[in-house]
Amino acid sequence: MSIGAGPSGGALIRKQVSNLLYAHPRLFLTLLLGPPLLWLGVVYLGSLFALLLQSFFSIDEFTGLVRREFTLSTYAELFQPANLDIIVRTVSMATAVTLAAAVIAFPIAYFMARYARGRLKAFMYLAVMLPLWSSYLVRVYSWKLILAKEGILSWVVDKLHLNWLLDAILSISVIGGPSLSISYTGMFLVFLYIWLPFMILPIQAALERVPANLMEASADLGARPRQTFRKVILPLAFPGAVAGSIFTFSLTLGDYIIPQIVGSSRLFIGQAVFIHQGTAGNIPLAAAFTVVPIIIMGIYLTIAKRLGAFDAL
Amino acid sequence: MKIAVRFHSVCRYFGEVRAVDNLTFEVADGEFFSMLGPSGSGKTTCLRLLAGFDQPTSGHIEIHGKTSEGVPPYERDVNTVFQDYALFPHMNVIDNVAYGLMVKGVRRATRLARADEMLSLVKLGDLGARRPAQLSGGQRQRVALARALINEPRVLLLDEPLGALDLKLRQDMQIELKRLQRNLGITFIYVTHDQEEALSMSDRLAVFNQGRIEQIGTPREIYRTPGTRFVANFVGLSNLIPAEWAQRLAGFHADCSLRPERIRLMVPEEQPREGEIVLGGTVVDVRFHGADTLHEVELKNGQTLIVVTKSSEDAGPQEARVGMRVHACWSKSDMHPLGNIN
Repeated sequence: MSIGAGPSGGALIRKQVSNLLYAHPRLFLTLLLGPPLLWLGVVYLGSLFALLLQSFFSIDEFTGLVRREFTLSTYAELFQPANLDIIVRTVSMATAVTLAAAVIAFPIAYFMARYARGRLKAFMYLAVMLPLWSSYLVRVYSWKLILAKEGILSWVVDKLHLNWLLDAILSISVIGGPSLSISYTGMFLVFLYIWLPFMILPIQAALERVPANLMEASADLGARPRQTFRKVILPLAFPGAVAGSIFTFSLTLGDYIIPQIVGSSRLFIGQAVFIHQGTAGNIPLAAAFTVVPIIIMGIYLTIAKRLGAFDAL
Repeated sequence: MKIAVRFHSVCRYFGEVRAVDNLTFEVADGEFFSMLGPSGSGKTTCLRLLAGFDQPTSGHIEIHGKTSEGVPPYERDVNTVFQDYALFPHMNVIDNVAYGLMVKGVRRATRLARADEMLSLVKLGDLGARRPAQLSGGQRQRVALARALINEPRVLLLDEPLGALDLKLRQDMQIELKRLQRNLGITFIYVTHDQEEALSMSDRLAVFNQGRIEQIGTPREIYRTPGTRFVANFVGLSNLIPAEWAQRLAGFHADCSLRPERIRLMVPEEQPREGEIVLGGTVVDVRFHGADTLHEVELKNGQTLIVVTKSSEDAGPQEARVGMRVHACWSKSDMHPLGNIN
């Protein structure tokens, strides 16, 4: 190519490509969205579909092999008392964790959104996110040590002469146990700790979007602070709480590590899936168990939509 | 005269910034009172002090004879129309309007009926079921007004309520607001930076600058006899006649303001009227503004005068053109000596 004879070949092609894309925005959009849609459509939804398909197969009692014929018998198996127990146990835990997380997260999120400024705000963000920087397993094992019978919590309780209180809690039939580290109470505490950031951040984001003058307008019209909170702040923070609860609820429903490390031998859904697809080799039942959280989340989101949680989106 | 609002030596400092600097004034009951000033002049801060969103650093504020010290917004007999309306996005229009009654515990049927009345008062009768996001700017403005009026406040505070509307709509709303105020007979305290709005709507207005009131008076007083240089420049157009010049021409010992429409232009051959001040100059610019025409006249001493005349029917021989030599004449009584505040 001679210098000064117009754009070089490479530049010319680039120019033509730009012009082509500019003239055909749909083509540009297709190129842009193609790879992520392929990922979402084939890899993600595809594997989900394969999973659903598995749940309609059954396992041969004798050979232990998967029978590839359509049947609902695997789903019927879910309703056996032992399996139903697992589901009820997991959903109860997820509900308790979600409610407690919302109650604890709200004041923190409110403070972050309304009062914290500058360095304090940065510090708050850091404090909320920091636990996510370290390994999940390490944190769960640390909690096991904290909650163990000879752990730091028992030691503190002992120093405070509150042994009677801890014993009283542990002696309650369902939520108690030999020690906090092998009880539902301990598991609840660990779940709450692990998922709390996922509740704080969406609520904080929702509160951040509420203009301050709405609160002034409310007070101006005669609403006392409690009324402003109930009628203005809470409804506007609700979508954030629902978004957070989707995280805490679904993550608790699917988790199999915490129930295994902190807790008794009673199974949760995640553990059931783990065991059935692994040692037991019952892939259809594992798949059917996996469908349970999906259905529960579907119902949950429908109710949330009915309550108007997504109206502000 | 009953006093609706009284400010007594009110200051509000934000750190070093004196947002409101030692203000004392009164607003009469039933008055349409405007606070006019550029942004950052302290007018909105005054409104917030009145509404109770902010507390004065010193001094005190009385609303209908009662001190407002320590009285929270929800216990004050004033309501506010916010600049960006501050409508509740999660409620429909009728619930927004009925909010003030709801928090007072008025029964649902009663308060909705009342909210309907308020909506027809602002001519939005059929939009009750909509969400604020589905309304136009002008409609939101009316909802905000209806919501603020439902509690029947004795004083209504309006913070640049028409600022976000386009010109035509703004002019219509000005007329409507004024009519509403006359019919309801409540005190309106109206913050604006639009001098035309303040002049055309107010019974009295206060011109704010840097946290202080430069002048307070009826629109006519403010326009005809501006008290300070700032007022002369901020409210309408004005020619500033420097003190030494004013002394030679008319014996005033201060800078004077001279409204451009008080000056006559005539050809040098024409005889001035009895007692008129006459100065010769050259027309350097003519700008047609529809009803009025604005001329810039350069005087012999190099100073420029702005002269506004009624536009004539057609460009006749008496029409001033650029380059024309003219005489500018005015009477001594049109010059107003300007003071300084403190």
